[in-house]
Amino acid sequence: MDAQAKTLGLQVGGALADARALHPDLSVLDMDENADTAWLMQLTRACVRYSPLVAPEPPDSIIIDISGAVHPYENEEQMLMEITEHMTRIGMTSCTNISNTPDAAVAFAKYGKRQNIRCLPVSALNINAESIAGLQRAGLKHIGDMAARPASAIAARFGMGTLTKLQQILGEAPRPILPLVHDKPLMFERRFAEPVGHHQVVSDTLLALLEQAAREMAERHVGGRSFRLTLYRSDGQKRTLAIATGAPTRDPALVARLFDERIDTLSDPIDPGFGFDSISLDIPAYDPLSPVQVAFDSDADIKDQIALRDLIDRLSTRLGAGAVRCLMPGDSHIPEQAQLALPAAQVHPPRPWPKPPAEEPAMRPFFLLDPPQKVEVIAEVPDGPPHRFRWRRKLHEVRLYEGPERIAAEWWRKAGGESAGKGGLTRDYYRIEDARGRRYWIFRHGLYEEKRSPLWYLHGLFA
Amino acid sequence: MIRLATPILPTSAWSPALKRRFATGAAALDAELAGGLALGHLHEIYAAEEEDSVSAAGFAAALALRIGTLRTDGGAGTTLWLRTRKSAQATGAVYGPGLAEMGGDPAHLLFVLAEDDKALLRAGVDAVRCEAVTAVVIECRGAVPAIDLTVSRRLSLAAQKSGVTLFLLRTDATPTASAAETRWQVAAAPSTALPANAPGHATFDIELLRRRSGPSGMRWRLEWNRDQKAFADAALSGAILPVPVRRPLADTERAAGASETGKRAA
Repeated sequence: MDAQAKTLGLQVGGALADARALHPDLSVLDMDENADTAWLMQLTRACVRYSPLVAPEPPDSIIIDISGAVHPYENEEQMLMEITEHMTRIGMTSCTNISNTPDAAVAFAKYGKRQNIRCLPVSALNINAESIAGLQRAGLKHIGDMAARPASAIAARFGMGTLTKLQQILGEAPRPILPLVHDKPLMFERRFAEPVGHHQVVSDTLLALLEQAAREMAERHVGGRSFRLTLYRSDGQKRTLAIATGAPTRDPALVARLFDERIDTLSDPIDPGFGFDSISLDIPAYDPLSPVQVAFDSDADIKDQIALRDLIDRLSTRLGAGAVRCLMPGDSHIPEQAQLALPAAQVHPPRPWPKPPAEEPAMRPFFLLDPPQKVEVIAEVPDGPPHRFRWRRKLHEVRLYEGPERIAAEWWRKAGGESAGKGGLTRDYYRIEDARGRRYWIFRHGLYEEKRSPLWYLHGLFA
Repeated sequence: MIRLATPILPTSAWSPALKRRFATGAAALDAELAGGLALGHLHEIYAAEEEDSVSAAGFAAALALRIGTLRTDGGAGTTLWLRTRKSAQATGAVYGPGLAEMGGDPAHLLFVLAEDDKALLRAGVDAVRCEAVTAVVIECRGAVPAIDLTVSRRLSLAAQKSGVTLFLLRTDATPTASAAETRWQVAAAPSTALPANAPGHATFDIELLRRRSGPSGMRWRLEWNRDQKAFADAALSGAILPVPVRRPLADTERAAGASETGKRAA
């Protein structure tokens, strides 16, 4: 229920039919508890900017432990204003309060600031409605009324839970909060008593750091996807080397090898100068990696896959991220878009290639020229197959041909493409074999009714 | 003493009988080579002319596909194809649908694009050393001074150690001394025309230029059968195959030209 609905005199807990009878043009949305919880979690995570200890308090509160976290602001009120402003900016209505106990803060935020916690109504206790009704029937309207009664009497009549809540809100019983757990960043560092410049020391340190990282990652069941090594020189300069792996890994030897590859490809070698003060390794990206055992030979396939991944990573590190590529089928009938060459270092979901029909010769070339190369063609009739053509200044006599295979342009990509002649030029493809037995894939770009003198292009070469 | 653990024998994905050689499928060629080309060795494939680069590449791809059929576990194994930007500019990119039309699965092919020949060869040695790879094709274009006897021996030894078959594809180049097991020259050959004068299956004129042990100089005309993933002797009306040793190339051309004019007249 939003603020506007509240001004209309509607109440939480009232029947929807009653509300509709009062205001027929009410807009009603179903409650989505999961979405609410997810949003609350997101807000809670955003509140880490105010304090490291934040806890979501379902259904609609966030508890922030600000002990020792106020110093960036002038005072506590300033901090509260900052939080309220931020919440308003992202479109949330918020009530904030600072108190000595988490429950009191939540209660004050919800029921408005009072002089004393004892002035709050018993419904602020965050207990079930039955107990609240029971308390009110017993004449206990405020928390202060309850606090005046002996604890044993309250426990005997309304249960231990109510008493605990009461003690917690009064600060008499400990009220722990469950703060969000942050993943400690994977960062490892070695500092040296005096600068080191020897290559062996640096590589030994790197290996030690990687082993430490591997232990840490094994505990968390993750593997690193990218690693960053920073070398701090004693004169203040620093040098950063980064590598990425195709699959999550925590194998120190493998990562060290990739770093070696990276160092080899550097255009300016690493100059230790007067030595390095410290060396740090951090792992900015990591993925879940459950522990696996690959000691036995029985699963040669997994071993092969690991070896292949290793090779791809090594070549990608040395030659550049896009140097190792795999082919994926593209979702288009336009020949140059029918395949995608994607970096093999990333994992792609396998997609099957269409199987060609049996006993047919190859209809698609082995090599595709991109972009197609212009050829001069002499055809017997304007609309007919090529008779001879000139490519790269050489004349080729056409011995055998098949075609045309007409491939229309993707007219739906163009505005107004569905009307004739506006969707792009149609291509007429011919498979051609010249007198020497070389096979070519040639197309005429445009039909004669689409273009006056269409050009011919060589698009591919058959094996 | 009782041994609780029984020794676990490594189970290879390769059938042991075929460990040494792989047959191309063409009977005459396989008979000449005593069962086919040696696995885990370096084979050089030269394009006869610059324009035969595609045929040479297709021949290398077909041989790699042949090796893939030997796997007993149903998988085809991964083939690595290494090339430089120079090659990619000259002949274009390997086209996945075209490879599928040759009978291969493009998903089992990985490309490595190197900046220069030196990086290419270094990546090539690394690729050959990886036992998980079925075959490696290194495509070099033009004269590559970096490929000397030492480099080729290094590649050959790496192939023998890992058991990976390596094809060194040379286009626009003249043969130089090398440690290769066999050296082939490949040219495009006129295909058997299909009905309605359509170009037929991929056909290659191949010549065994050199062999480490045994005579060389034989020529064959082979046709690639996509469905069986095998080579076959090309059926050419009137042609006697294999062609005599060291027959000049011009003869074949004239024969091709003659058959063409004959067809026209008919």
